[in-house]
Amino acid sequence: MPLLSTQLGCRDRLGAWKARWGIGRMSYLTPPGLYAIGSPGSDDPVIVTANYKMSYDIVRSALHGRNVWILVLETFGINVWCAAGKGTFGTDELIHRIDAAHLTQAVNHRTLLLPILAAPGIAAHEVTRRTGFRVHFATIQATDLPEFLDNGMVTTAAMRELTFTFRERLVLVPVEIVLALKPTIFITALLFLVGTAFNEAAAGFTAAAAFLGAVAAGTIATPLLLPWLPGSSFAVKGATCGMGWGLVWLALAGGDIGVPAGAGTLLALTAVSSFYALNFTGSTPFTSRSGVKKEMRIALPAMIATLVGATLLWLWAAFL
Amino acid sequence: MKDFRYLKNVVTLRLDGKICIGCGRCMEVCPHGVFTIENRKARITDLDACMECGACSKNCAVAAITVAAGVGCALGMINEWLQGLNLPRTGRGC
Repeated sequence: MPLLSTQLGCRDRLGAWKARWGIGRMSYLTPPGLYAIGSPGSDDPVIVTANYKMSYDIVRSALHGRNVWILVLETFGINVWCAAGKGTFGTDELIHRIDAAHLTQAVNHRTLLLPILAAPGIAAHEVTRRTGFRVHFATIQATDLPEFLDNGMVTTAAMRELTFTFRERLVLVPVEIVLALKPTIFITALLFLVGTAFNEAAAGFTAAAAFLGAVAAGTIATPLLLPWLPGSSFAVKGATCGMGWGLVWLALAGGDIGVPAGAGTLLALTAVSSFYALNFTGSTPFTSRSGVKKEMRIALPAMIATLVGATLLWLWAAFL
Repeated sequence: MKDFRYLKNVVTLRLDGKICIGCGRCMEVCPHGVFTIENRKARITDLDACMECGACSKNCAVAAITVAAGVGCALGMINEWLQGLNLPRTGRGC
């Protein structure tokens, strides 16, 4: 039986940091199977988690000083919630892993403690019917597990409540930036070249800066300011940030570009930020699929129309 | 999660009170407190808080709950549309 350490070392911390920046994120995993923390006996609890190394690290470090079993499922390096949504943290995998790890030989009881966010993938009644194990959805956060265990395995209302704090949003920003990087570098370079060709290097630089600022408005400012931005639509929230940035840019660098070009730039920056903000719906824990669908049906055509309007304004400024 | 509300009147979550046996699983697995149990029956008390994760319907032993579950991810949906039109996908998956 592999024994787990509950102390996270430098490599674990570095690995988590790299995964946050999208470096090797899809291969940051640990082998599935049954592990021991401390020296668990046949009556000690069994906690189920995913084989995304960051999930598993949080679970094992939260359980420092205890005797528990950890059953790690094969989710191909995906965290509990996303894997449950995709079905890999699922009923069949759990049943297979109970069997493969010979769990019935390790413990006398028939209770499994699962993260609440695993429920979209795990049909508890199916697991019980097919294995005899009772599924107890314990807490949302692994860090609440010690309190849960000490409380006689009672889930308090707070342990069941999902949060999306400033800090929780902040850790998502790096990966938003990394995912936006490729098209952003391409468009920034293009804007620099076009600006330089039409005018001079300084114009190329301010055009590129305008765009980069709008990307940052959508990928950094919108997530961080989320609860304070007006409306419930992410596209509107992003547009607000983008327009705010556009006004700042006009005040700083707009100088003498004139009304049509200035208005065109403002429109374009609003649309760019709005697009990236709409993408952030995929990273939040409260947006419904139907809502995102509805929002996209309205927002995407609006963004395209805005960009067309911006282009016409620029052409007007350049040639009339 | 009280600080965050998404669009209203869009979610596909439905509960058939006639089938419900009041076991309370839905309340237990919902991360948004959508359900309450009254008189041994589940009731949807905060429909607009639902994010359609599907945990409740997956764990309803009598299939009283239906929801078009899925990930609410804009790029994932753009990719689905592009695939539907036989166009190449953009880089990122969800």
